[in-house]
Amino acid sequence: MQITLSINGETRSAEAEPRTLLVHVLRDHLDLTGTHWGCDTSNCGACVVLVDGEPVKSCTMLAAMAEGHEITTVEGLARDGELDPVQQGFFEEHGLQCGFCTPGMMLTARALLNENPNPSDEEIRVAISGQICRCTGYANIVRAVRWAAEHEAGATAGEEAIA
Amino acid sequence: MAATEQRPIGFGRLKRKEDPRFLRGEGTYVDDVKLPGMLHGAILRSPLAHARIVSIDTSAAQQHPKVRVVVTGRDLEGLGLAWMPTLSADTQAVLATDKVRFQGQEVAFVVAEDRYAARDALELIEVDYEPLPVVSDVRRALDPDAPVIRDDKEGQTTNRIFDWEAGDEAETERVLADADVVVVTQEIPFQRVHPAPLETCGSVADMDPVTGKLRLWTTSQAPHAHRTLYAMVAGIPEHRIQVIAPDIGGGFGNKVPIYPGYVCSIVGSILTGRPVKWMEDRTENLTSTGFARDYLMRGRIAADRDGRIRGLRVDVLADHGAFNATAQPSKYPAGFFHIFTGSYDLEAAYCSVRGVYTNKAPGGVAYRCSFRVTEAAYLVERMVDLLAAELEMDPVELRMRNLIRSDQFPYTTKTGWEYDSGDYHATMREALRIAGYDELRREQAERRARGEHMGIGVSFFTETVGAGPKAKMDIAGLGMADGAELRVHPTGTAVVRLSVQTQGQGHETTFAQIVAEELGIPPEDVEVVHGDTDQTPFGLGTYGSRSTPVSGAAVAMVSRKVRDKARLIASAALEVAPEDLAWERGRWFVKGDPEQGRTIQELALAAHGTLTLPDGVEGHLDAEAVYDPPNLTYPCGAYIAVVDVDPATGEVRLRRFVAVDDCGVRINPMIVEGQIHGGLAEGAGIALMQHIAFDEQGNCLGGSFMYYGGRWSLEVPDWELGETVTPSPHHPIGAKGVGESSNVGSPPAIVNAIVDALAPFGVRHVDMPATPGRVWEAIRSASGTAAPPR
Ligand code: FES
Ligand code: FES
Repeated sequence: MQITLSINGETRSAEAEPRTLLVHVLRDHLDLTGTHWGCDTSNCGACVVLVDGEPVKSCTMLAAMAEGHEITTVEGLARDGELDPVQQGFFEEHGLQCGFCTPGMMLTARALLNENPNPSDEEIRVAISGQICRCTGYANIVRAVRWAAEHEAGATAGEEAIA
Repeated sequence: MAATEQRPIGFGRLKRKEDPRFLRGEGTYVDDVKLPGMLHGAILRSPLAHARIVSIDTSAAQQHPKVRVVVTGRDLEGLGLAWMPTLSADTQAVLATDKVRFQGQEVAFVVAEDRYAARDALELIEVDYEPLPVVSDVRRALDPDAPVIRDDKEGQTTNRIFDWEAGDEAETERVLADADVVVVTQEIPFQRVHPAPLETCGSVADMDPVTGKLRLWTTSQAPHAHRTLYAMVAGIPEHRIQVIAPDIGGGFGNKVPIYPGYVCSIVGSILTGRPVKWMEDRTENLTSTGFARDYLMRGRIAADRDGRIRGLRVDVLADHGAFNATAQPSKYPAGFFHIFTGSYDLEAAYCSVRGVYTNKAPGGVAYRCSFRVTEAAYLVERMVDLLAAELEMDPVELRMRNLIRSDQFPYTTKTGWEYDSGDYHATMREALRIAGYDELRREQAERRARGEHMGIGVSFFTETVGAGPKAKMDIAGLGMADGAELRVHPTGTAVVRLSVQTQGQGHETTFAQIVAEELGIPPEDVEVVHGDTDQTPFGLGTYGSRSTPVSGAAVAMVSRKVRDKARLIASAALEVAPEDLAWERGRWFVKGDPEQGRTIQELALAAHGTLTLPDGVEGHLDAEAVYDPPNLTYPCGAYIAVVDVDPATGEVRLRRFVAVDDCGVRINPMIVEGQIHGGLAEGAGIALMQHIAFDEQGNCLGGSFMYYGGRWSLEVPDWELGETVTPSPHHPIGAKGVGESSNVGSPPAIVNAIVDALAPFGVRHVDMPATPGRVWEAIRSASGTAAPPR
C-alpha cells in the first residue's frame, strides 16, 4: 500500500505492506537511518521518534497508523543546520559513546523539556527509563539533558542554579 | 586551565570529534548500509537444545515468490563451509548438518527480496528433529551417562574440553593445611551473562562476480583478524577480501568472534551474485552469539589469625557451551584467570580450570573484560570479604594489610604475572576519602540500631590488559601486535591509520590527541582512519582493553618516528647538525638560539618540497610502526558501593558508588570517565539483574530485553569518581587502558555491600544476580525467617 507520512515537516511517501512497522519504513523505505532498531520486545527505545510531540517506540507502531500525524526523527532535531540544545548538550556532556541509543534518548529528552523545561535529575531518569544505553552508564545522559535545559532559548534553569 | 581543557593540543578534555555525525543521526552502522540490488537474509534456528536432524524440507520456502535461495548445512557441506574454526581452535557448525547442539543454533539460511519475506519464508521450512538428552547443568556434563555433545569430533568421548592449571598446588595445599591458619571455603558461581551491545550483530556481504572481490561490512571488533580467518575458511585470497567495520553500536566483546550469520551472508552473496544483508534481532543476539562468564568457582583462602593472607586456591568448572568459541589468546584456554591472586601479596596460590561442553550457546567472550579477569577479580574479592567476616575484621583493614606495597613493583605474582606499577594503598585511601568510609560505617551502625539494612562493600582489583606480547599471545596463530601509519600532508595536517576499531570508545578523538601530544599538530587536523582493512595496517583489534595499551603505543611510536625524521629535515633546512636541535611540542629549534626553528607544519612542507634532504632521508613526512608490547599493563582500582536492602521484599537499592581508578596516564579524562561510567552500569546490571539462564531442557530463559535487564536508568546512581596516576613504566605514554576496569571491579563491590547489609541475618554469600527473590531467599535460609532480627 501507499503510505504517506509527514516527517520533519516534509511529506514523504512509501510503498510498503500494511504490516510494515514505522521503524522499518523510516529506515528501509525512506533512508532515515538515524532511527535505530535494537530489540524485538519494545524494551530498548533505540527506535524512539516523536509522534505529535510524544515519544513513541516506532517498532510498536505500524507505519500506516502514523498517517495524519506529525513525526519527528533525529534528522529533524537540528533547525537550519543549528543543533538543538539537546544535541548540543549530548556533545558538551559526553552523553554518547557508540551513538546507537542517542537519537532515541535525544528525542525523549526533547519531549520532556517541551513539557517540563526544568526537570530534576530524577525526572530525567524516569523519562528515559524505558530506554537502554549500554555505553554511558546514564549519568552523562542526565547531565546532557540538564545542560540542554539550562541552555534553551529563554531558559531560567541556569539562572536559578546560580541565584 | 579552562581554556586548555577545552582545546588541548595534546592530552586533556577534548570534546569528541566523532560526535557530530551521531548527533545528527548520520552515523553509518552496518544495518544502515544499503547497496543496489541488496537482498536480505534470515536464519532458521533450532527450537531444541539437543536433537538429531532427521530431515529438512525447504521446498515450500523455495517457492515463496520473494525468496532467492535457501541454504542448509548439507548445501554448505558441498562448499566445504558447513563448519568453521573458532578462535579457540575448536570447530563450530555454520549451519547444522548432523545435530543441533543448543537452542537457537543456526539450521538454515534464507535469502529474500526484503526482511519481512525472509522471515516469512523461515516459517515454511520443515525440520524433523529427533530429540536427544540435554546437558544443561554444567555439574552433570562429565557424568558417565551424560550424552556426548561433540560426537562430530574424532576421539571426543566425553564433554571435557580442557584442563588447565597455574601456580603451585603442593605449596598451596601445604599453606591451606597449616594448623595455625583460618581457612574459608566458598562456592562462587559467576553466572552466564551477555555483552548485549545495543546494536546487534550483522553483516552485508558483497561478492563482486567479476573481480572476485568480497566486501564485507560487519559488526567486528577485529576486522583484520576476521579478514585473515575468512581467507582461511572460505579460501578467498586475502587480498580480495575487504572487511569494513563501519560505525559500531557497542561491542563489549560480543563482536570479537565470527558468527555463522556472517558466513551465511557471504555464501548468500556468492550464490545470488547480489549483496546480502544479515542482521540478527535481539533474541538471536542474546540466545546465540557470544555469552560471557559462566564460571562455577570454588575458592579456598587461608590467613593467619592476625589477618595476613597466605594462600588461595580456586577450582573452576567452566561452561563453554556447545562449541568452544572463547575469544582469547590461544595458549590461555582459561584466559587470564590466573590473575586471581588479585592485588595481594600471597605466599602460595593455585588454580585449576576444567572446560566442558554443554547444550548451550557457544562462547564465552571477554565481556568488557580482559579474558576472564572479571571472574578472577570477583572470586578473590568475595573470598577476601568472606575471610574478613570470619576474622571479624573490617574488610578495608584486611585489604590494607595485604595489598602489594608500592615498593614491591615490579611485582611477580605466584602465577607468573609481572605487575608493572601501582600504589594500591594510595588508591584505596583515595576511595575511602571520597566515600567518607568511617562516616558511612557510623551511619550503618545507627541504621542497624534502627533495624535498617544498609551495606557497604569494598573491592580492590588489578587487571592485566593490552595483550600481547606476541611471542606469548596470539589468536589463531596471529601475534597480538598492532600497526599504525602516519602521514603528515604538505600543508601540515595529518592522517593516522589504526589497526583497531572503535565501538564507541572515541578512538577518532583519543588517537588524534596522541599524535597531537607527540607532534604538536592540533587534534582537529588529524584524521583518524580505522575499521577498513583496505585502508589500515594489520592488527588484532579492540578488546581486552588493548586499544590504548597496544595501538595507542603504536601511534605514539609512529609519531616519534615522524618527529625524528622531521629533525633531520629541520637540520637540513636550518643547516645545523641534528644533535644541535631541541624539540618543544610542535617545533624543532636550535639549542641556544630558540628563535631559529621550524614548526612541524613547516617541516612537512619542506619534506614535500625542493629542499635537498640529508643522505639517507627519503622525501615526505610519514612513517609506520608495529607495536609488540613488552608486557601487559596493570590498571587497578578501589571501589566502594553503598546499598540499602529491604529485607521484606529482598529489594536492593544501589545508593552510592565510588570508583577510584588508576589507569596510568589519561589521554582524554572525559572519555576515560565515560568509559568508567559505562562499565559501572554494566557491572551493576550483572550484580543485580542479568542472567542468561536455562531450564533443564536447555531452553534459554534470558533471551530478550524483557527478561534481561530492568528499568536501567533508575537502577544506578550518579557515579562518584576519583583517580590516582601511576604511569606504566614500559608504555610509551604511560597509559594502561581503562575500558573494562569498572566492569571488573564493580560486581564484587556490590555483592560485598549486599552481604554486608545482610550480615545481621547471618548471610555469608549471595549469588549474582542478586535479584529480590535471591536476596529474600538468602535471608530466609540464613535466619530461618524473613523478619529482621531485633
Ligand atoms: S527497537 Fe523499538 S524498543 Fe527496541
Ligand atoms: S551510547 Fe551506546 S548505547 Fe548509548
